Amino acid sequence: MSLWGILAVNSVTFGGLLFLLSAGFSLIFGLMRIPNLTHGSMFMLGGYVGSSLYLTYHLPFWLAALCAAAVVAAFGGVIERLLLRRLAGSTLAQVLVTLGISLIVADFCLMIWTGDPISVATPPALAGGTREFGIFFTTYRIAVILVACVVAALLWALLDKTRLGAMIRAGVDDPQMARVVGIRVSRLFTIVFCLGAGLAGFGGFIGAPILSVYPGLDSDMLPLALVVVILGGIGSLTGSLLGSFIIGFVYNFGQALVPELAYFVLFLPMVLVLVLRPQGLFGRLAP
Amino acid sequence: MSARILALALALAALAAVPWWVPGDYYISVSSQILIYAVFALGLNVLVGYAGLVSLGHAGLFGVAAYATASALAAGFGHAGAILFALAATLAGTAVFAALALRAAGIVFLMITLALGQILWGLAYRWISITNGDNGVPVASRPAPLGFALDVPAHFYYATLAVFLLALASCYVFIHSPFGVSLKGTRDQPRRMNALGYHVWLIRFYTFLFSGFLTGVAGILFVYYTQFISPQTLALTSSAEVLLMVISGGTGTLLGPIAGAALVVIVKNIASAYIERWNMLLGVIFVAIVVFMPEGLVPGSVRLAQWALRAIRPAASARKAGTS
Repeated sequence: MSLWGILAVNSVTFGGLLFLLSAGFSLIFGLMRIPNLTHGSMFMLGGYVGSSLYLTYHLPFWLAALCAAAVVAAFGGVIERLLLRRLAGSTLAQVLVTLGISLIVADFCLMIWTGDPISVATPPALAGGTREFGIFFTTYRIAVILVACVVAALLWALLDKTRLGAMIRAGVDDPQMARVVGIRVSRLFTIVFCLGAGLAGFGGFIGAPILSVYPGLDSDMLPLALVVVILGGIGSLTGSLLGSFIIGFVYNFGQALVPELAYFVLFLPMVLVLVLRPQGLFGRLAP
Repeated sequence: MSARILALALALAALAAVPWWVPGDYYISVSSQILIYAVFALGLNVLVGYAGLVSLGHAGLFGVAAYATASALAAGFGHAGAILFALAATLAGTAVFAALALRAAGIVFLMITLALGQILWGLAYRWISITNGDNGVPVASRPAPLGFALDVPAHFYYATLAVFLLALASCYVFIHSPFGVSLKGTRDQPRRMNALGYHVWLIRFYTFLFSGFLTGVAGILFVYYTQFISPQTLALTSSAEVLLMVISGGTGTLLGPIAGAALVVIVKNIASAYIERWNMLLGVIFVAIVVFMPEGLVPGSVRLAQWALRAIRPAASARKAGTS
């Protein structure tokens, strides 16, 4: 019983991290029609930058997380402004550029932080745990779940309650019409790209005490983000949230029950959704 | 037309004579490697260039063929049996790939193929009882068709060349057949083709199978070439490399992917002899090609050369005007 409980808690935590990763991916894809293949790299870069700030420069944990997010967001902004902006309209070119950048970032991280995995200790204030209903809850994991929920609520408020959110939604639904009514869609592109990259970087660092940071983290996380977005539907926040938790559960239980096939079980929800509902659970865009 | 036949005959003669004019076994092996990747790139180009469907999961299919060959050999099959098994396994894998990815087109197609390719990579990496995980599976021997031992690099080269020419000829026939023409129709005007009564999905499905078949052939050649297969071969980097071959040579041309394969393999072999950072170089090449030569390396170089000429010529004509 307690094994299942622990697995369930871990699944929800992992789902929260996946949400931080895939919400940005989904928004970027929905608005800009770019499959941002650097997204896994943003996650890894956030993990590395944050762990350097935290371990080497002894910044407080959450400050290090915010700084990592800011650094990665700025990096995303540079990529969007300098490269993706020039390639607007040519999807294949954008795919190739993001792929190229992800290779460069992976090799750059290998050069700076070497090939050894970096494990980050949980911040002292959140170490330990509590025992409830016969299950041991690690405080840090609960904190990650709470942070993911807060981020989800903030994103929802941003998209549904603010003027900027209304403009982003308009851009997702119909970019041409949005331009016609005077929304500066290209500025939205930069904002959303920075936001998505920052969220991924933030997730990369607060995930570090759980996943640790290692070379190849990017290509471990990118397919998970892809599967979440295929599952939840492109450009839908609710879809990313639900998809993240489904994949969190499937991946964690898969890893515990059939460790050899952990990656393969991800295939099952993807097959079901593609066969029954190709636009994704909450997708509105036709694929 | 006769000039074309002459060029073709010259190219064939040059390819057949490779073991004589390249210095040493190492370079013969590199030539084999180029031909193997050329078959792989031809297979991907059928999809990218002629169907307009960009796949980032082809390294997964390549790996299925390689692992199937190695596992069948390890299980005690003969070479012919292992090769047939590998082709069947690759076709089955491709059919699943195609059935899922063709639920969508365009960018979502690319995302699905990427996810499927990564899942195959994860399977190769984690399914240790079959794939031996990170340690990979060795292949003890190369086959000896008709008593022609392929352990000699020159012999292996000729076998690869024969397969490569067959693949090239089959691509030529495929593209110039009525089916190939209808395929280009589905790339450019899927809706109109649909309205004309063509089954767009089925045309794409068959094309995917053909592409997967060529990829499988390349995978089998590859596993016999390296006599070893590990998950690294299935990584996203490999899919990216072969896509770079197709794009750098120019998509939708028959010879482009071959030029691209030669270029990438040569750069990779030279670069890895001098620097450790092949992946970074690969990334830089990607970004540079997209930013400076979006139409492909061959047409792109021509355009850049013309631009350079134009930049020089006004100066020359100004000088001429000054002297007269």
